[in-house]
Amino acid sequence: MPAEVQADPIVRITALRKSYGANEVLKGIDLDVSRGEVIAIIGKSGSGKSTLLRCVNGLEQFQDGALTVNGKPLLYESAMAMRALRQQVGMIFQGFNLFPHLSVGRNVMLAPTLVKKRSQVDAAEQARALLARVGLAEKFDAMPDQLSGGQQQRVAIARALAMEPAVLLCDEITSALDPELVGEVLRVVESLAEEGMTLLMVTHEMGFARKVADRVVFMHQGRVHEMGSPAELFGAPQTPELRQFLSSLHD
Amino acid sequence: MIEFTLWDIVRNLLLALRWTVALSAIAFIGGGLVGGLLLTLRIGLGRRTQRLIALYVQLFQGTPLLMQLFLAYFGLALLGLEVSAWTAATLALTLYTSAYLVEIWRGCVEAVPRGQWEAARSLALSFGEQLRHVILPQAARLAIAPTVGFLVQVIKGTALASVIGFVELTKAGSMIANASFKPFLVFGCVALLYFALCFPISIFAQRLERQTHAR
Amino acid sequence: MIQFDFLAVLAEWPLLLKGLAWTLGLTLVATPLGLIIATLGAWSRASGPAWLRRALGVYVELQRNTPFIVQLFFIFFGLPAAGLKLSPEAASLIAMTLNLGAYGTEILRAGIQATPRGQWEAAQSLALSPVQTFTRVVLPPALQRVWPALTSQIIIVMLGSAVCGQISTEELSYAANLIQSRNFRAFEAFIIATLTYLALAMLARRLLMWAGPRFIFGRRPA
Repeated sequence: MPAEVQADPIVRITALRKSYGANEVLKGIDLDVSRGEVIAIIGKSGSGKSTLLRCVNGLEQFQDGALTVNGKPLLYESAMAMRALRQQVGMIFQGFNLFPHLSVGRNVMLAPTLVKKRSQVDAAEQARALLARVGLAEKFDAMPDQLSGGQQQRVAIARALAMEPAVLLCDEITSALDPELVGEVLRVVESLAEEGMTLLMVTHEMGFARKVADRVVFMHQGRVHEMGSPAELFGAPQTPELRQFLSSLHD
Repeated sequence: MIEFTLWDIVRNLLLALRWTVALSAIAFIGGGLVGGLLLTLRIGLGRRTQRLIALYVQLFQGTPLLMQLFLAYFGLALLGLEVSAWTAATLALTLYTSAYLVEIWRGCVEAVPRGQWEAARSLALSFGEQLRHVILPQAARLAIAPTVGFLVQVIKGTALASVIGFVELTKAGSMIANASFKPFLVFGCVALLYFALCFPISIFAQRLERQTHAR
Repeated sequence: MIQFDFLAVLAEWPLLLKGLAWTLGLTLVATPLGLIIATLGAWSRASGPAWLRRALGVYVELQRNTPFIVQLFFIFFGLPAAGLKLSPEAASLIAMTLNLGAYGTEILRAGIQATPRGQWEAAQSLALSPVQTFTRVVLPPALQRVWPALTSQIIIVMLGSAVCGQISTEELSYAANLIQSRNFRAFEAFIIATLTYLALAMLARRLLMWAGPRFIFGRRPA
């Protein structure tokens, strides 16, 4: 577990505000993420957790405040700047979003060959290595629809890792999985954390957050309501909202 | 009065059928090319282009094909061009086909789940790369069945070219029916010939539709 | 420089109006008749005897795979030779009705087949008869499901009625043709007719999408 604040934070969010029309979903978020930190974001649905995550890689645009990744602010008008950002920040989706018309191997190879201009041979080698890492080496030529949900999500992780991002965003990556498949995905994520990957995870898996996260952020109605180490947040919740949220999970 | 045997009738109809097939093929392929061009413009350029193309589509879908044929025929004549029924029919049917196809294909692009766009974007692919490698392959797969199905509409549409004088299957049928005083038989044969041409294509399109949704 | 003379065409507005009236009239009669055939056809194809399903299948495929103009010519020119002589208007009406009936059967059949299994089971459990189940439980949601597709088909038939002018039915395209044969303003006449058809199509779509929920399949919350 790395120390709290070393060099400049890799992701710096300052007074971020976002609205959908008249509805303000993020009401001023302040968050600094250090290199190698694992942050779990928890909260009720509608608290703005996924929206915040999607702001970090530019899938959502915010109206007020500042967000910098590796010191560089988000420039929505510049397609090139956004592409550069997305090489730094990878995302894993709740619905996996694998490309159904490409084999597993080609799913992983696509972005490195197109964006990083890697040769087919190198990309294939990297893809095989990454698939082996997530435990799916033998599935290189399989098609996504032949895989279980847990396997598909692990391929999605390999696909994101192929771009060698500095930060990985995980948007409820186990919520769409059958319970018995959740473990295999979380094990991969845990190994990434151990290797020092910076992770921002929106999750409902409290046990996992407690074990792996360096910091837990509890969001409520568009604000950071409580923040601290897992021991602090789960062991000694300060606000009634957090207490209520935690007890509702045990029902 | 000349006596027409059944074989006389069918033989002449079959000769005219060639022109139906030719007109259908040219309109379908030409319409596909124009439609494809319009689709690229629609996806690539901004709101105004989208609105223009939507207007184009509504013009062709909201007016009778017969009127489009008349306008092509008389419109081109106004410009002082030597207009044959063949030219006018080809022009009208090609544009008609392009409007319907761009609409069908647009629907297929929109049917690709948003998550695919998001995943491709998150992997730092440019817009062009997203389209070419992720979205269009999936849209194309969805588009095959309805595109093949539309070919049947094109073939049926060629029958209206008879009204501006183009001698395809329907016109030949009218002429033979008049000459032979056997309208029941002749138009019956005309209908059966269209059926023989269209039905296999319809069945094929239905099979493609089932395959697309079986995955 | 090309000279356009739209006024010469608009001066003949009584003819245009008569043509418009005929187009609307034919559509207004063919639509409910066609929908009735479609309802009976869809029900039969979903739950009728095998011979009836097959016969309807033949009807539908013949309609869908032959051009409307050929159907019209067959009815108007061909049937008299077999003993059945019809006026142009009657032939037009029959052709349009049969056309809408065939396409409507297929569209509505798809809507009916999309009825969730649970609906049939609930109706059965409530001891409803097959007719009651069909008319009260299955048909209204099915109609709502396919209403946009049915609306489109009605408009297609309305636009297709332009062909009926070829057998001297005095609808809008016939009027335009008549006008241009008198004053040689062919392009102007057909532009005006085409724009009228376009307006009709747009109005018809709005009207049908508004009327459907209100009168056809019962009020539904948005």
